[in-house]
Amino acid sequence: MTTTELFRAEGLGKTYPGVRANDDVSFSVGAGEIHALLGENGAGKSTLVKMIYGLVRPDAGHMRLGGAAHAPADPHAARAAGVGMVFQHFSLFDALTVAENIALGMDAPPPRRELSQRIAEVSAAYGLPLNPARRIASLSAGERQRVEIVRCLLGGPRLLIMDEPTSVLTPQEAEILFATLRKLAAQGTAILYISHKLDEIRAHCDRATILRQGRVVGTVSPRDHSARELAAMMVGAEMRLVDRSGRQTGEAVLTVAGLTSAAGHDGTLLRDVGFAVHAGEILGIGGVAGNGQEELIAALSGETVGRPGTVTLTGTDLSGLGPEPRRRAGLLAAPEDRLGHAAVPEMSLTENALLTGATRQGLARGGLIDHGATRAFAERIIAAFDVRTPGPGTPAASLSGGNLQKFVIGREIMQQPRALVVNQPTWGVDAGAAAAIRQALLDLARGGAAVVVISQDLDELLELSDRFAALNNGRLSAPVPTEGLTIEQIGLMLGGAHGMEVAHVAA
Amino acid sequence: MLRLEPRPAAPRWLEFATPLMAVAATMIAGGILFALMGFDPVAAVRTIFWDPLFGTAAGYSRPQLLVKAGPLILIACGLAVGFRAGIWNIGAEGQYIVGGITGAAVALAAYPAEGAWIFPAMVVAGAAGGWAWGMIPAMLRNWFGASEILVSLMLVYVAQKLAAWMAFGPMRNPEGFGMPGSRNLQQYPAAANPELVAGTGAHWGVVAAALAVVATWFLMSRHIRGFHIRAAGLAPRAARFAGVRPAVLVAFCLGLSGALAGMAGLFEASGPGGQIIDSFGSGYGFTAIIVAFLGRLHPLGILLAGLLLALTYIGGELAQLTMQLPAATVQVFQGMLLFFLLGFDTLTRFRIRLGKGGA
Amino acid sequence: MILDLTTLLLLVSAATPILFAALGEAIVERAGVLNLGVEGLMIVGALAGFAAAHATGSTAAGFVTAAVAGAALAMIFAALTQMLLTNQVATGLALTLFGLGLTAMFGKPYEGIKAPAMPGGPLGVNWMIWLGLALVPLAWLFLNRTRSGLILRGVGENHDAAHALGYKVRAVRVAAIAAGGALAGLGGAYISIAIVLQWTEGMTAGAGWIALAIVVFAGWNPWGVLAGAWLFGGVTVLQLRLQAAGVAVPVQLLSMAPYLATIIVLVLISARQKYARGGGGAAPGSLGRTFHALR
Repeated sequence: MTTTELFRAEGLGKTYPGVRANDDVSFSVGAGEIHALLGENGAGKSTLVKMIYGLVRPDAGHMRLGGAAHAPADPHAARAAGVGMVFQHFSLFDALTVAENIALGMDAPPPRRELSQRIAEVSAAYGLPLNPARRIASLSAGERQRVEIVRCLLGGPRLLIMDEPTSVLTPQEAEILFATLRKLAAQGTAILYISHKLDEIRAHCDRATILRQGRVVGTVSPRDHSARELAAMMVGAEMRLVDRSGRQTGEAVLTVAGLTSAAGHDGTLLRDVGFAVHAGEILGIGGVAGNGQEELIAALSGETVGRPGTVTLTGTDLSGLGPEPRRRAGLLAAPEDRLGHAAVPEMSLTENALLTGATRQGLARGGLIDHGATRAFAERIIAAFDVRTPGPGTPAASLSGGNLQKFVIGREIMQQPRALVVNQPTWGVDAGAAAAIRQALLDLARGGAAVVVISQDLDELLELSDRFAALNNGRLSAPVPTEGLTIEQIGLMLGGAHGMEVAHVAA
Repeated sequence: MLRLEPRPAAPRWLEFATPLMAVAATMIAGGILFALMGFDPVAAVRTIFWDPLFGTAAGYSRPQLLVKAGPLILIACGLAVGFRAGIWNIGAEGQYIVGGITGAAVALAAYPAEGAWIFPAMVVAGAAGGWAWGMIPAMLRNWFGASEILVSLMLVYVAQKLAAWMAFGPMRNPEGFGMPGSRNLQQYPAAANPELVAGTGAHWGVVAAALAVVATWFLMSRHIRGFHIRAAGLAPRAARFAGVRPAVLVAFCLGLSGALAGMAGLFEASGPGGQIIDSFGSGYGFTAIIVAFLGRLHPLGILLAGLLLALTYIGGELAQLTMQLPAATVQVFQGMLLFFLLGFDTLTRFRIRLGKGGA
Repeated sequence: MILDLTTLLLLVSAATPILFAALGEAIVERAGVLNLGVEGLMIVGALAGFAAAHATGSTAAGFVTAAVAGAALAMIFAALTQMLLTNQVATGLALTLFGLGLTAMFGKPYEGIKAPAMPGGPLGVNWMIWLGLALVPLAWLFLNRTRSGLILRGVGENHDAAHALGYKVRAVRVAAIAAGGALAGLGGAYISIAIVLQWTEGMTAGAGWIALAIVVFAGWNPWGVLAGAWLFGGVTVLQLRLQAAGVAVPVQLLSMAPYLATIIVLVLISARQKYARGGGGAAPGSLGRTFHALR
């Protein structure tokens, strides 16, 4: 590519207490280039872009933007210099309207009427339809992202940072997003694209800078490398393959039928969800975030109870029971959010072992806590799942994401469930821990348990599951065998491009 | 600029040190306040914190320590359980008043009968009255989502009016020459809550407070329900995942703290107070909130904090007599103490650094 | 005659302290801060305002002093919750206990003194009532039609997002807390200077807590605050009228009315918010949550 250089970082460094988040990071982005920033969770991508956007100040090195020194004191200064950013967890205000959200993302917004008009113009120009008067709370994930993008575009950025933008999109929606990005690049906007999705980067990005443990491993042309090679650069080792062998499918263990969540709650309603998981089988449930995953795992774990006959474990109706009786019966779960849902951050690992182990492990007979047995249970989990921690007295919050996830999943597996439901088992976890967790789930199934893996990571689902079903707007598709399923087919099962058809035509 | 870095776990010694630091800071700030008001700060602080125990009048004031600490500890033990769960019962004062009224009602109904059953029945009635008054905010929160903070607090005012009505109306002593206020229960042996050991100030309420300390310690550190209460306060979703039903917890915590506050009210009405009067509520229910926090929501801490705040009550009265310090000095002290405590608590959750930080 | 002009004036006057305090708290809560210290701020405003009015003979000086005192006391809350990140519920309670103690201590010399007379205003209605009424549309305009108001709502709705966009979450909240403190101080001073006409210990008698309930009732909207304050004023006046008319219900039971009414209103509005999700009137997204910018 023969582009003029727009942005350059030289020797950037940032240290947090105990962590060198960025160390001597240097790279450059050209005008009109789509430049990927590639790395595992915790590799320092977020810290790096926050420095460019003025949210974090580097303690070493410097940046240049369009020939001038770039050292923004805050995001206002960064925006004034021509940097725009679309956040991974949207920086939107649910109770406010689209127009108000956009006004908050601009430093000198025009009067209301004029702003609405400019929103309409930009929406039309880039095929991103938006109604300025709608409240954010009523928008889908794809629409919310559109608000973020339009908000950036109204500032006329020279450098647009996108932080994991496709993690909430179906494959088709992602395609539409890339069409928009290419259009912007053609007009000379530089795009810094953060992701860990290798195929996506190989298909759409001009160059990729790979970060590992806060340092630049190299800047490469992603099209010249296989996904496997890129992954090796990212992780620093060959990816470990999981062992799927030796499993036999038996009779149905967990049966769900006609599961509909009661009205009146926030979020997505489950509509007539039904499936059966057999002994030794892993059922993968895919879907874009916010399509009912939280509600589904709550309905299975017993946090929400259902009508009789909706959740059955080998013939026993568990529908009306809470989490503890379900655990006693053998139906266990591990929710997505480690800190605050699957574990209490401030409590020690021992206490967190008690959180779900109390009944099934007999740790609190007659209500009386057996502290010795609880500690021993925690130690067994730590040993069996290679949880790196000073000891069972350590608070959960001080463990790394991967180690805590190993503990949380391990806690359920150690209780020998007859059926286990997990949501996003490897979200935000380093590659080594992710491989260990996947293997543990496969081993559990090999031992004859029924396993349900809910995940937004399609690669993970294809790797683990025997059958695949898609959750879309609270409805679950009929499970199909994973063997021979393509990403495109899955994308269509996930609901295709939610309401993005209009955009497609306009683009 | 101050910069706070969260710490995953506080060093053990800090947990003990921060309440002491808060007390010390309160003494210093209080001393400054006294100096500004023209009092000798050293003498004032000594009068409040030292003289009640070791001064010339200690013979009179020492028994008062248990008399004041009893209700504070009894109420604070219940409150602390709820605060641990993130359930904010601010209306213990109201539950205390209602417990006093229902307990006294049993005695007044039985008067002039004699019998060993009367006093135990009063204790049960007092606990039940406080429990019922606490269940109102609990049920309104569970059924309608109404804030238990505001409802329990509004019910304090309602209870105060109720006490006034009782004193002027239904419970007025028929032999009281038209004066407001009920019969004096101390002069009714079957219903009286006397000093059990002469010169100690210990009455049945003090015994109940001691039992409450042991019982809540057992609940919070040995029983699974206590574990669930702590989990619910720290991470409500994790507690639900563990099998805790929030509505049950709300009812349990408000019911428990209401019952304990109600008992405290009954012991007061039948003991040191002796009768239901217009101003029966004397602020124990609010001071107990400070006791609970100063004791770090831990039963043993509450025991010590209750004794300390009882000391400030007695010392305040002493300072009023001997130095003409305003009576409300104690209230200011208590408010300051809570401020300093909350401020110093930051030390246990964060490391404090000076200088410009990341954000 | 239950509703004549005098009664109406009484109602509006009785509603004014709550109106000021609840408007202030609505702004504070819209910025995402739950300040349970309104009662303490009001009582301090009541004493400071009364003392200043008594010393200068000017009620205007009294109200200005009350606003300053309220804002100053609120700064303790701001320092603790925003700088030292203390729990907002506990800190608000401490503020109330501290304010009640402080005024009991310093208020003694002022007991039994009569307040200087409030000068009349247009239509025989004093100017504090007019100010209160004017603040309702002004607060609405500020929140919904100004850039500062938009930023304040943004900070209250999602403080992480506001921080990510470069807004000074803490500064916005400290400013809101100060404004809320000043308004609560005004409300308190109105009680001592314009309603009771003297200082008595604990005279706010739960008005601050009622203001907190009114904010919920109002759905965090200034017009709703006005409606809630008038509803409260109506209940108060009705109860006073019934007392005066010698209804055969003990005075003590009648005087429970404002508190019981507050509970009933709180229950009704909470039930509506609980069972009819969506639409306006929901609590600000970050209400009561401590903001700490990590990384």
